[in-house]
Amino acid sequence: MIKIEKRNDVSQSIYFLTPILAIFLTLFGGGIIFYILGFNPIEALKFFFITPISDLYGLSELLVKATPLCLIAIGLSFCFKSNNWNIGAEGQLVFGGIVGGGVALLFYNHDGFYVLPIIILSGAIGGMLFAMIPAILKTYFNTNEILVSLMLVYVAKLLLDYLVVGPWSNPEGFNFPETRQFSESARMPILFDGLRIHTGIFITLITVFLSWLILYKTYLGFQIKVSGLSLKTAKYAGYKGKTMIIIVFMISGACAGLAGVGEITGPIGQLHRNISPDYGFTAIIVAFLGRLNPVGIIFASLIVALTYLGAETAQIFLQVPKYTGQVFQGMILFFLLGSDYLLFFKIKFLGLKKNEL
Amino acid sequence: MYKLFLRGLISVLFLLGLSINANADFKVGFVYVGPTGDHGWTYQHDEGRKAVEAAGIKTTYVESVPEGADAERVIRQLAQSGHDLIFTTSFGYMDPTNKVAKDFPNVKFEHATGYKREHSNVSTYSARFYEGRTLLGHMAGKMTKTNTIGYIASFPIPEVIRGINAMTLAAQKVNPDIKTKIVWVFTWYDPGKESEAAQALIDQGADVIMQHTDSTAPVQVAEKAGVWSFGQASDMQRFAPKSILTSIIDDWAPYYVERSIAARDGTWKQQDTWHGLKEGMVAMAPYNSAMGGDLVKEVEQLQKDLASGKVHSFTGPIYDQKGNILVAEGAVADDGMLAGMNVYVKGVEGDIPQ
Repeated sequence: MIKIEKRNDVSQSIYFLTPILAIFLTLFGGGIIFYILGFNPIEALKFFFITPISDLYGLSELLVKATPLCLIAIGLSFCFKSNNWNIGAEGQLVFGGIVGGGVALLFYNHDGFYVLPIIILSGAIGGMLFAMIPAILKTYFNTNEILVSLMLVYVAKLLLDYLVVGPWSNPEGFNFPETRQFSESARMPILFDGLRIHTGIFITLITVFLSWLILYKTYLGFQIKVSGLSLKTAKYAGYKGKTMIIIVFMISGACAGLAGVGEITGPIGQLHRNISPDYGFTAIIVAFLGRLNPVGIIFASLIVALTYLGAETAQIFLQVPKYTGQVFQGMILFFLLGSDYLLFFKIKFLGLKKNEL
Repeated sequence: MYKLFLRGLISVLFLLGLSINANADFKVGFVYVGPTGDHGWTYQHDEGRKAVEAAGIKTTYVESVPEGADAERVIRQLAQSGHDLIFTTSFGYMDPTNKVAKDFPNVKFEHATGYKREHSNVSTYSARFYEGRTLLGHMAGKMTKTNTIGYIASFPIPEVIRGINAMTLAAQKVNPDIKTKIVWVFTWYDPGKESEAAQALIDQGADVIMQHTDSTAPVQVAEKAGVWSFGQASDMQRFAPKSILTSIIDDWAPYYVERSIAARDGTWKQQDTWHGLKEGMVAMAPYNSAMGGDLVKEVEQLQKDLASGKVHSFTGPIYDQKGNILVAEGAVADDGMLAGMNVYVKGVEGDIPQ
């Protein structure tokens, strides 16, 4: 007989240490996989986790990749903390990109310091409005936000498809599914010559700081946390549940929209069909790996970004399949959830009692 | 402190050693948009890479690289890690390829299906797939009983529209009543969407199906429904042995080997390549004997004539859907017109999505 019991006292420090444990277990598991595939595990792990960030360019790329993940995950943490399951950050990112990109095209060949801020703001508003759809449907029509937000991802992607193929496609682009390259005034300024790291990183850092402020220093943050822990308590305390649900979705959508607009005005510079390699979904892993904590999410986004870069370098130097990166992401989540389970539950091995026979 | 310094020195030397080693031998890198096992576009590029490897040149590939912000990093990493020639094999890599090329003037770049050559170390190359489409049109026109040909199209870019037109013109030549029905799937590779499109076309009466997408799903649907089909990019015969009449094969191998050797020997020059049946960049899989020996002979002759230039896929008179003349009688469309083609010829149903 195996009996599973809930633990009553879970230490906070261990709670924040388990992600690190999960990462080490992933490295160990990854080493074994590389060994089975016939590679020297130490060397393979070096190519995977050290080589990609061994120069300035690599570090800059790491930040470029981590920026959208961090932004989206921060936004998602508001939703997840309050038990609202927004799975559609990818759609909100795309919609933010569409709105921001539309404004950027409107300002084509238009100079002025105000162009970029307007684009960024409109992207955030776009993401925000798009996230309000599942929120309003949930609060007023009792729909399931998981399904609605997920399905809206496809709506946003198809809308982007339509726009870049049709009305917004580059007039000189031979009908290829992409818009014009945005003008310089609509691009995020590059921080260092030759590197792709751009001012979007400051937006991310400011967002992280603001989220920390909201979550831990304001009444709203307190409401969010209480509703996450117990909806009944929140109701008993007289919190306005509906408004809060809409607010967390708005924050989450705005962050995803910012990520989208950051991508198109940053490294991409135009709208096309592939503005995001599923950042919105990967950010869910990032949010949980970072324990829904702003600082934790920064580290988590860097680690998950590294698994992407590592998958590329490992492929270049060792010719291991690209999907090893996804295996690593999967392993991190698996070990994290596994250790969480053991953290919150006790497994007791009991002998068989006589009366059970 | 001293130890730390020593350690630092050793690691720097080690890294230097790595990069010197990397530069010591000539290497060619490939960037793929899909997985090497797609049995279509990427699969054929990888066959080309294997041919380069067989010629004694070291190669590296990176597969399933999204056409967004990641592409530039992957291309740059290949350039940085000592690759001397880099093939980027999808249209979406056009801008990233040119950006990286600017920073690595000593590395050569070859971009497939694009039109931008902003730096002297960037070449572009593509194949005249439309010549293959002409052959398919001839067969489709002869084989159809319903006079309806189903065409699964990816994106309304000139390359795809050229294929639709070349096929329709050739089919009309042998069967004036032919109609071409098109379903746009807006993807290069999505087995689910492609098979739905194939089914929809069959339901609308098409008894010959062809595709400008990369998965084997449409030919498998055609096989089940008992209609004729054509493979795309690689020989897909084993996925639908009864249904497939032939496949258009993209044979990049000779080009890749030639350009790799040229780059190694220092004779590589910037160029824009558009090769077809003549040079073998477009090849045809064995013809299915089910279409009858006479037709096979006809098509083989037509293939020879297209290769020799005796027949051109776009020979006038060619009319657009409204009946306006596009190419005068006796004239042939020039490459400029082909490169920018964005209207359907008469006989194609529907409008180009705009």
